[in-house]
Amino acid sequence: MTKTKTKIAKEGFWERNRKSEGYLLKKKASQVFVSIVRFILLFGLCFLILQPLLNKISVSFMTESDLFNPIVVSIPVHFTLDNYKLSAEIMNYGKSFVNSLVISITVSVLQIAVCTFVGYGFARFKFPLKKLWFAFVMLVIVVPPQVISNSLFLHFRFFDIFGLIRLITGSSLNLRGSVLPYYLMSIGCMGLKNGLYIYMIRQFFRNIPNDMEEAAYVDGCGMVKTFLTIMLPEGKPIITSCFLFAFVWQWTDGFYSKMFLGNISLVSMSIARIVDSLGAYMQRLLGVTVTISVAYSNCILSTGTLMVIGPVVILYLFAQRQFVESISSTGIKM
Amino acid sequence: MEKRKEMKKKSKIRLAGLEKRKAIAGYIFIAPFIFGFLVFMVRPLFQSLYMSFCNVDLGAAKFEMTLTGFDQYFWAFRVDPDYSRALVEELVRMVIYSLAIIVFSFFVSLILNQKFKGRALVRAIFFLPVILSSGVMLGLESNNQLIANLQQTIEDAGASTVSITDGLETILRTTGVGVRAFEKVFEVIDNIYDVALASGIQIIVFLSGLQTIPRSMYEAADIEGCTAWESLWKITFPSISSLFLVNWVYTVVDFCMRSDNAVIEKIQKIMIQNQNYGAASAMTWAYFLIVIAFVGITSFAISKGVYYND
Repeated sequence: MTKTKTKIAKEGFWERNRKSEGYLLKKKASQVFVSIVRFILLFGLCFLILQPLLNKISVSFMTESDLFNPIVVSIPVHFTLDNYKLSAEIMNYGKSFVNSLVISITVSVLQIAVCTFVGYGFARFKFPLKKLWFAFVMLVIVVPPQVISNSLFLHFRFFDIFGLIRLITGSSLNLRGSVLPYYLMSIGCMGLKNGLYIYMIRQFFRNIPNDMEEAAYVDGCGMVKTFLTIMLPEGKPIITSCFLFAFVWQWTDGFYSKMFLGNISLVSMSIARIVDSLGAYMQRLLGVTVTISVAYSNCILSTGTLMVIGPVVILYLFAQRQFVESISSTGIKM
Repeated sequence: MEKRKEMKKKSKIRLAGLEKRKAIAGYIFIAPFIFGFLVFMVRPLFQSLYMSFCNVDLGAAKFEMTLTGFDQYFWAFRVDPDYSRALVEELVRMVIYSLAIIVFSFFVSLILNQKFKGRALVRAIFFLPVILSSGVMLGLESNNQLIANLQQTIEDAGASTVSITDGLETILRTTGVGVRAFEKVFEVIDNIYDVALASGIQIIVFLSGLQTIPRSMYEAADIEGCTAWESLWKITFPSISSLFLVNWVYTVVDFCMRSDNAVIEKIQKIMIQNQNYGAASAMTWAYFLIVIAFVGITSFAISKGVYYND
């Protein structure tokens, strides 16, 4: 047995090809061909995705003269960090970074905690009207926040709980510009893409076998305790990836930030305004209105963008597995 | 106390008791959602619907609404110069791009599901746009008036350089077959970058579906003499057909919510600059209802073709 095996292994490729009447060569050739085509295709698409990022990186180290130098394409002649300093000053980077970090972390922790709770409830319990409530979750995913934005805006501008506050203080509260409304919405699962998180978490819990839970119930474990001590550790991968999504999307979010967190400086908001801020900054510095060249404002915009997405990219590099693999292995089914 | 004793006597009722307890626990678990849904979704939804039939007068400390019927809708469609045009353009763009995104993400996920060196790296790169092009990052450059102008200039100046699609386009155009349809296809190919950026989540969803198909099925088909092309249509396609529905709904909805959407921009402008809440509500509702109707009809049509294993 072992002898024949070694004999086969010793036979050359052409020998084996001859024995299989050319089938092996054909198969090998088609394999090589497929992998070459695949490589070209994937390389092209990856380059397509990465190119703007690489371009931004190279531009962010250039001085203004390099931008106008036709010889300079991607490697700057005058290497400089001034763009970063200027962007940081315009964006008020230190302060907005801390603000963004605090708000993104607190909001995503809150949202994911509540969504896990709700998702588990939908996955594991039978109760009347369950289908209806789940249809409402779908509705939340489908309704664009823009539809209710103007009403929410007024809702928080003239905030009141069933007329109680007006009864006590005489007028309604203006909650706009404070963080409170957004926290309230996060508790109620109505934050950014929360319907999607509920859906994903529910899918995950549905796929876990019933046995462990049943055993816990038989042993007299309560429902909340079962959830906390048995199911929660099981759901770790999906909770981590949902948390990462919540964090990243909150970090770059413009819509909710603009609506609720108007007067708090956040990185996502300052990047959206960076070109206008640059003009104002220059005017303040020089005392006269100056026209900034398109190339330079684009350069500052690129630098600012890099500074905003930098932390997120670093996070992604470390937690790439959580982002991609855990979701793709969840096995989403209808 | 007595009730509990009675329950213990009959095991059937006891079971009902457990089910009842589970039902209550279920409601406790989803209570946050119910609260949020009623307060932050249902109420604003109805208010905004009501507002769309009203003339909203915003004062310093309060706002007043006077009922005007369908006036705001008439105003949006017949008086406002941009709205109808933006709406039609966005809807056409939505259909074309959603189709392109679905096709693109399906084929990319088929490739990414094969085994080859550096697969993890390629997957990571394809997923990067989900993170990088979210929220304000999307359309940051196109929103910037100066840079948009510059891009236009570069495109005009670069007319002499021949792109691959241009050459093909002229050949196909001279044959004169389905010119309009070809134009749309070329538009999509020219904007393949946008398509690739928007298809991260869809690729992941398809990948997750592909991984649930047992390998033994392909092996059996292979032994029976099935080619790879046949097994793609006979095994892969039916197995993940339900995910086409999920992805279709997600793509269309995602496209409607994008911040660089012309209709959304128009509404934001009416609401924040003109402070015309009634008209803004009417515009949003008209847009929303059209999109919902579209999603409903198309997903009903797709669900007819979905194959369920169980």
